[in-house]
This record gives sequence, C-alpha cells and structure tokens, in this order.
Amino acid sequence: MTTNTDLERFKQSYINESLELLAEMEERLLDLDPETADNEQLNAIFRCAHSIKGGSGAFGLTYITNFTHVLEALLDAMREGKVLPTRDAVDILLKATDIVHQMVRAAQEGTTPATNLGKDILEKLQQYASHTPTTETAAYGLFDDTPVTGNADHTTYSIVFAPHLNLFATGNEPLLLLQELAKLGDATIVADTTKVPNLDALDPEQCYLSWNITLVTDKSVAAIKEVFEFVEDACDLSVTAQEKEIRVARAPTVDTQSTTETVVKKDAQNEAKTPASGTIRVDLEKVDKLVNMVGELVITEAMVRMQTRTLPQEQFSDLLRGVDALAHHMRELQEVVMSVRMQPVKSIFSRLPRIVRDISTQLGKDIRLVVSGESTEVDKTVIEQLGDPLTHMIRNSADHGIETPEKRLAAGKPAQGTIHLSAEHRGGRIVIEISDDGAGINREKVLKKALEKGLVAGDGSSLSPQEIDNLIFHAGFSTADVVSNISGRGVGMDVVRRNIEGMGGLVQVVNRPSQGSTFTVSLPLTLAILDGMIVRVGNENYIIPITSIIETLRPKQGEVRHVEGHKDVLNVRGEFIPVIYLYQLFGIQNAEAEPSRALIVLVESRKGKMGIVVDELVGQQQVVIKSLSANADPVEGISGATILGDGKVSLILEVNDLQGLVGREQKAA
Amino acid sequence: MAKKALTVDDSRTMREMVSFTLKGAGYEVVEAEDGKDALVKIAANKVDVVITDLNMPNMNGFELIRALRADSNYKFTPILMLTTEGDGSKKEEGKAAGATGWIVKPFNPEKLVEVVKKVCPC
Repeated sequence: MTTNTDLERFKQSYINESLELLAEMEERLLDLDPETADNEQLNAIFRCAHSIKGGSGAFGLTYITNFTHVLEALLDAMREGKVLPTRDAVDILLKATDIVHQMVRAAQEGTTPATNLGKDILEKLQQYASHTPTTETAAYGLFDDTPVTGNADHTTYSIVFAPHLNLFATGNEPLLLLQELAKLGDATIVADTTKVPNLDALDPEQCYLSWNITLVTDKSVAAIKEVFEFVEDACDLSVTAQEKEIRVARAPTVDTQSTTETVVKKDAQNEAKTPASGTIRVDLEKVDKLVNMVGELVITEAMVRMQTRTLPQEQFSDLLRGVDALAHHMRELQEVVMSVRMQPVKSIFSRLPRIVRDISTQLGKDIRLVVSGESTEVDKTVIEQLGDPLTHMIRNSADHGIETPEKRLAAGKPAQGTIHLSAEHRGGRIVIEISDDGAGINREKVLKKALEKGLVAGDGSSLSPQEIDNLIFHAGFSTADVVSNISGRGVGMDVVRRNIEGMGGLVQVVNRPSQGSTFTVSLPLTLAILDGMIVRVGNENYIIPITSIIETLRPKQGEVRHVEGHKDVLNVRGEFIPVIYLYQLFGIQNAEAEPSRALIVLVESRKGKMGIVVDELVGQQQVVIKSLSANADPVEGISGATILGDGKVSLILEVNDLQGLVGREQKAA
Repeated sequence: MAKKALTVDDSRTMREMVSFTLKGAGYEVVEAEDGKDALVKIAANKVDVVITDLNMPNMNGFELIRALRADSNYKFTPILMLTTEGDGSKKEEGKAAGATGWIVKPFNPEKLVEVVKKVCPC
C-alpha cells in the first residue's frame, strides 16, 4: 500500500512544511507584543507547533514529537491565560523554535540529533508552563493492535449491545460494529427486536434494536470494548466471560476439524495484522551508490549482450534467451532505481508563492500565483539545480512582467495580475511553464538596450521579433530601468539559460506584447542516463544525444559546398546548414573525408541547425553518463563520457559547443 | 463505485498523507483546508465519510461537525476527528457535536485506513 518512496516523499513534504511553519512561528513570535497579545495570535502560533508535532510521529521523529509537545503545552497555557507571554517567555519560545529547526534539519539529513539537544530549553519550557504538561496516554483513542497473548487461550464471552435510541445521530452504524466484532473470533449474533414499535410510532432515525452476541476469541475484554469505543456513551454494553476453554493452536488433535480451521484462520489474520514497518530511512549516499551500481550493471549487461550476439542461435538458444531476459530485467531495475531518486517538484514550487507575495507587497502590485502539476516528479539532482533558475524566472515575471494595478486598469486588464506556473511530463521530459498576463517583453526597449550594449550588429532591423525576444537570454542583459533588488541581483536570464542548458534542458520564450509572456523550460527527467546515438569516426566512437538529432542523411556528391572563408554548407530542402567534420575537429585518422561516402547527422543546437559528418551510425543505446570533471578540466565540445558494451570509453558530444569550436579552429588555421 | 472521503486539515502534509493513504485503500478523496472550505467542497460533491482536523483557521473542526449534522445530507455520515490533544474534553466536545469517532495524531497510514474502514467500509 504505502511504499517507502511514498513515505519518503511525504517526509520531504513534512520537512519542507515544518520549515515553513517554523519560519511563520518565528515571524509571529517576533510580532508578539506582550501587552496586546491576543488569542488569535497565540492560536496561530499554537497551530504551527501543533502541525509540526502532528506530522512528526508518522515519520518516527519522536524527538520532535516530544519536544514540540512541551512547546505546545506552554503555548496552550499562554492561550488559556495561565502564563503570560512576557519578553522572557517569548525569548524561550524563539529559542525553542531554533531547536526544532535543528531537529527538522537533522531529520532532513537523515541523522539523529544529539539526545541532549535543547535539554536546557526543554526544562525552561516546562518551568514556564506552570502546570505539568498533560501526558499523552498512548492508548488513548488509538486503535492499537491488541497485543497477542503468548498462549492461545480462547474465552467465550457473552456480550449485550443495546444502543441508545440516538445512536445514529453521531453517524455510527451498528452493523459495522458487529462486523468488526465478528472479526475478533467466532461470533454468534442474535438481534433483539422486542423494542421495535408499531409502524405508526416508528421513527426511522432512531435505533430500536439490540443484540446478544456469543464470541469465542483469544482477545481481551479491552479489545472487545475497543470495538465499541466510539459508541460507549451511546449504548449499554456488557461483556462477560463465560467459561474458559483452552485451545492450543499447535496441538490440533485436541480440536475438531472446524475449530482447527478457525485457529489457523486466526493465525493467518494475526500475521497479516503484524504491522509491517512501512518505511525505512536510507542515506542518500547509499541511493547514489545503488544508482551507480545499476549503471555499471547496465554496462556489463551490454557487454554480455554484445559478446553473445555472434553465437549461433540454435546451439545457444537458452543462453540467448537468458540474455534477453537479463536485458529486460535490467531495464526494469534501472527504472525502479531511478524512481527512488524522483521527487515531486512541489519542494521547489512551494517556496514561490511567498516570493511572489513579497514582491507584490514591495512593489505595490496585486499578483496571484496559480500553481499546477506540483506532484510531477523529476530526479533529485534536477530539483536541486532547478530551484534557482525557477525562482529567478518567477521573480522576473512578477517584477518585469506584471504591471502595477493602475497601469493594468488603464490597459483594460483586471487590477490583479496572474502568473501561472505548471509542470507536466511530456515525452520523457519535464516541461515547466511560467506564464503571466503582464505587459510582455517590450521589444523596442530590448532592441535599444541590445544596441547600446553592442550585442547586435548593425541597426538590428534584420532581426525577427522572435530573435529580439531571445536577446534577453544574451549574456549581460537586463532591461529593468533601475537595477532593483528583486530580480536585478546580478543574475540575468543568461544565467538561467546556462543553468538549464547545463542540465541538458531548453528554455524558450513566447512573447505576446501587452498581453504577457510565457517561458517554457524543458528538462530531462534524470541527469544520469541519456538516450544516445553511437556514431563511428575512424576507429573512434562518439555519442550524440538523441534529443538533439533531427535527421540523418547521406548527401549526393557535390551537395556539400565549400563557401570561401566559411564552413562547408549543405543544402537541405533550401536551407543552408553548416557542416562540421568530426575527424578534423578531433584529429582522427582513417576517417571518411568525402561526405557523399559518409553520413551527415543533422542536429539542433542553440546556434541553429548543424550537420555533423560521421563515418557510420553504430546504434542507439541508453548510456550512463560519467562525469569527466572529477578527472579532467571541462573539455569544450564534450559533456561527459560513457562505457560502451565492448568496454571502450566513448565521449558524449555537447552539440552546443561544437560550432564554436569549429569557428575558432578555422580562425586559427 | 468507490466511497468518497473528505479530508479537512490546514496542514498540507496531513491532507496529502490522508489523501494518499485513503486513495491507496480504494477511496476517492476530496481535500479541504478548513471547515469553510469543506462546506464549499461538499456542496458540489456528496462524500461518504469525513476526516477532519479540529484546530483550523476560519472554521474549526467542531463548528464543521455541527454544520454537517445540521445538513440533512450529512445527518448520518460518519465523521472522524483528528486530534493530538491529550485530554478527554476535546473528545467529549467532538462527540457532543456529533462526531462518529476520533483518531489520535500521530497515526500511521495503516491505522488510518483501519479506522476509516471501521466506519465506512469500501
């Protein structure tokens, strides 16, 4: 039912929420004036502590439960006016929130805080809460599984259950209670209908029935009474033990066949009821190790597959079938392991409303943030790296996009501006959209700025509107008249673009002047694995990410033309596309130099389309990305490496860098 | 048809947890963030069982239970209240308001399903 991943996800959500609540608590405590403190304020603070405590137990964070319980007790005493929220008391409360903060952080890191953490504060809290804090009775209202007694003694009880007339008023249903009771053992239930009045006097909303039950069970009286826990004030209940019958489950000879069955059934039930621990906490490091191991396994599997490919089918059919099954299971294992690292984008989305709110207040704007698709999941690494760019883009929309209420009204729009933030899975990628109904990008202003900064050649009249919109992603560009402390923190859209492209993602903008703009970010779901096309050049293999490939073609002789002083170009359906030769770029021997005998892989890069000349396509494969950065400085044109099935290392091409590399090469030559 | 449950809690985590757990057990779940929100949600959508927190802004759990019991559609609907309070007074107040039963927080998902199934089997 509830898997570890789910609980881990909720724990993440719990931790995030707790951190928010702690921040709120702190803020409210700081606002609290001992003179004028009213119940509403104290209630709000109490609710924060209460919520933190409420969730902590579910995740086994008893140290948080215990600490917040005392904290809550003091707040409760303040609420009831038993303790005054003096400056000193508030100081202690603030210190207590710091302690809880540390505890939550520890929980986030999966560690346990020192047992004496906050002990002094705890004592002070207890001192302040003049009355001893109510001790939580563990059994209270909890539907604990009745402890299974060591022996298999069965007792026969006779039970009289006579509900009061108004039983239905609390929404209780006797039938369900009787069914529940019957689950405890062998029950014989007889209804007593003597109190049912004549039809003319019968009120259908009243309960006239009562029941006599004979129950044979190994459960205690308490367990039986527990069934009726919700109705104990709304009925007359008597439970009396009749005779004691000893049945030993492990000695079925004593029993008739039917009772043996009962005993066996009960045991099975007990077994099912044994609370299977719903969650374990795992060190992130271990998960990463697991992911890595699976990566290695994928490589090994590819190696085995390659080596067995040439074996004669009829002779090795079992082995080959086994290899096929292995491939299949590998794929599944890989998916499961990757999903362990998946997290909903909620953790980053949740901090954005506050940011929008703050900006609204600061700039006197009225902005509503509508969020959807928060539960869309993506790899943890992507989440970690997405936070900053996303925050920046939201700031941007709120700061530059949405106009002031006056301007909006003047433009015939509602005073309140709206920013839509959404996430969804689309074709193996996560797509995040930030759309506002603000003023859109002012192309005139953008162009003017770009000209001033010398980002555009000539007067810019040759640029299409889309090209002008895209200037905002240019390095060192900021359109705000005055650099504000909101979005002008030295981080421009160029950094956003670089961050996102660094993750193998794309960011695009659609500008609707005076109606708003939409930013679309598309990212791979994971950064650890990539769908790649293996290409051969000479004796070397390279990987081109599938996502950047448009098509592959073999040109006819003479179709690739040399333009004086420029790169070679290929005419693809009327479009001239620059062509680069990998063998030239990487100095590879024995490669095919004549395009008509080689292949051209057309790719889409940031700088437009480009043709890469390779000798041959080897095949398409999921490859595990190995970072080079641990062993080498970043290499332009190469994003990483992988190990192929034959055990050879192969480099993964970064198509966005290739063109620049060629340009420089040619200048140098 | 799946039984429909309404979870009312001002804590997002609690709401999600209740919702996720019950969905896993085969219930359809509607979420509301306080009593007021709950009344809006149920107006459009008859639910079969209500799980409500007590301490909430705008309209608390007791007020919600009383409001539901006053509504002929919800006169007999099972209502479970979530409580972390250690004393019996909340329990009594809840009962007086018309609550069917209670669940003490913190609880684990299995326990929640067990109690909800007890009053509204799916």
